[in-house]
Amino acid sequence: MLDLSKYPSIGGALHDAVKEFSGEICLIEADRERENHRLTYREFAARAKPLAKALQDGGFAAGDRASIIMTNQSKWLISAYAIFHCGGVLVPLDFKLTAAQQWDLLRHSGASVLITEYPIWRQLAAAADRRALCTDLRLVLVAEPPATAELADAQRWEEFRAAGEPALVPRERKDIASVVYSSGTGGQPKGCMMTHDNYLEQCVALTSLYPFWPGVRYLSILPTNHAIDFMVGFFGPFTCGAAVVHLRTLRPEFVREAFAKYKITYVSLVPLVLKNLQKGLEARFAELPAGKRKMFDLLVRVNKALTKSYPRLWLSRRLLPQVHSAFGGELRTIIVGGAFTEAQTLQFFYDLGIPVANGYGLTEAGTAITVNDLKPFRADTVGKPLPGMEVRIANPDREGIGEVTVRSKTVMAGYLNEPELTSRAIVDGWLITGDLGHFDAQGHLHLVGRKKNMIVTEEGKNIFPEDIEGNFASVPVKELCVFAADYIWPRRSMVAEQLVLVIHLEPGQVFCEELRSEVVARNNELLNYKRVHGFVIYEQDFPRNASQKVLREALRDHLALLDRATAVQPL
Amino acid sequence: MPRTLDQTTQEVLELATRHFQATPGSLAPSDDFFRKLGINSLQALELLSRLENHFSIELPDYEMQGVSDFQTLAERIQSRL
Repeated sequence: MLDLSKYPSIGGALHDAVKEFSGEICLIEADRERENHRLTYREFAARAKPLAKALQDGGFAAGDRASIIMTNQSKWLISAYAIFHCGGVLVPLDFKLTAAQQWDLLRHSGASVLITEYPIWRQLAAAADRRALCTDLRLVLVAEPPATAELADAQRWEEFRAAGEPALVPRERKDIASVVYSSGTGGQPKGCMMTHDNYLEQCVALTSLYPFWPGVRYLSILPTNHAIDFMVGFFGPFTCGAAVVHLRTLRPEFVREAFAKYKITYVSLVPLVLKNLQKGLEARFAELPAGKRKMFDLLVRVNKALTKSYPRLWLSRRLLPQVHSAFGGELRTIIVGGAFTEAQTLQFFYDLGIPVANGYGLTEAGTAITVNDLKPFRADTVGKPLPGMEVRIANPDREGIGEVTVRSKTVMAGYLNEPELTSRAIVDGWLITGDLGHFDAQGHLHLVGRKKNMIVTEEGKNIFPEDIEGNFASVPVKELCVFAADYIWPRRSMVAEQLVLVIHLEPGQVFCEELRSEVVARNNELLNYKRVHGFVIYEQDFPRNASQKVLREALRDHLALLDRATAVQPL
Repeated sequence: MPRTLDQTTQEVLELATRHFQATPGSLAPSDDFFRKLGINSLQALELLSRLENHFSIELPDYEMQGVSDFQTLAERIQSRL
């Protein structure tokens, strides 16, 4: 691994990595059973540097912002390398957002360059009215357009190249390296300004627990715009000479094949996919004939006993070869992130000899705050703070439960153009996470709930009740409000979080079948993970401030006096 | 005889109805399949694989970018038949 303490910037570290590991495999890109290409670090640099030179020739300079909106692929990393080489600020945006949302974030970020792929560009171009508002945008590069595609003023990514060595533009550790958007309420964009220092420090901390080296293969499935994949699917492996495997399809059948075909070492997943894998394995185990099943269960118990203190991968692979060969035989750890994972799922994999690195993090904290160090494996916690992380429980109650706060070199510089929001998020150098937790005697952090009115789904999607309330506006009642049920009635768990609709009827109105149908119809218009699971009939006026805004905390306090089991009625 | 877009749409609806055990006749071309079937992104990918097998075509994931209704899904399939 490169000694990152010597480097002031991501660009500088990547520049040396491609020289240091020039002959090692760097990227493998596959589409279904076809392998698109396999690049060494030398070949990677040969593709990235002409792009960097063309950007520089076009006036892209230190501190300028360039956005990437692409599905996971080699071109994502090649483009990011070029941006950092030029001293630019990367703005990675979620390719799953709507075109309108993407344009809004592009405008907010002040990006002067957009690098995207044709299917996404097709959608963006259809929302041209929003484009007009992006006055900073000067250059659009579109990858893989059909030969006959009409790109208007955009240029083809493949042709945007210039000859000559691009200058490596120096940056300092305190300079902004990227603006990463995290979920915000009411459409308010929250662009986390991450410094070069944030990334360099986080990379050192994470790789001390989960090391990469030449020959390691990381399967990149989580979107690379996400903080986790950016770190463990790009910067981390690159600074260690490891390889990243991209699949252009995420169909479960091809993902399963990729583990074995490419001998994957690490992969990051959201809990939903991990649970899906668990279901698939359980179904296969259930099909075993009784005798074989008995033997298999015995071997799992033996494995469990022998790996109690720490993982013994070589032993687990011998005890349970069928399971491990299905994952390619070289899988060391599954990294799970984006949402809280049930202990039962984590334990299931560990018992099979596949450790799951369960952790806790926030984009604002520079990816991970705590992670399970597997010494020993604990399925009931989110692990211990990473090296360099100070984690403090603010205002703990008698049981030691309070709000998790973090101080570290990895904490963001602030939210772009939002000084007020920043001052509420970072107080006296401590990042206020909004999550509730406590430490146990072994120094492991347990998360027990949220201080904020929101839920996180198993797909890693953050849902803010305020954002879906408008969907119920046409329901003819006096007033209504949506809450995360656990925000009203904490239950010391962060799995299966649900939303509830609080309804205040007009005087004399009853919650008739017609009204229920209206609520159900409006609810069904929402994406499934955004739907409310039940409703509460509240019999008083909602507390409001002078400008008639609902005082949610006060209303929450009133609702908390009700008994959850009887107050919440299913829809 | 090549399929018409209407036939393709109908077959998409029938296959989705069977695969997700929806009430026969309850799905319409303009329905959002995430909302109407209450499925997640993984289940949507499963549906795509079924459709590929049924129509003997390859539907790249990118073709589905931003697509959430049966009609557009059928149009994307039709263009590859």
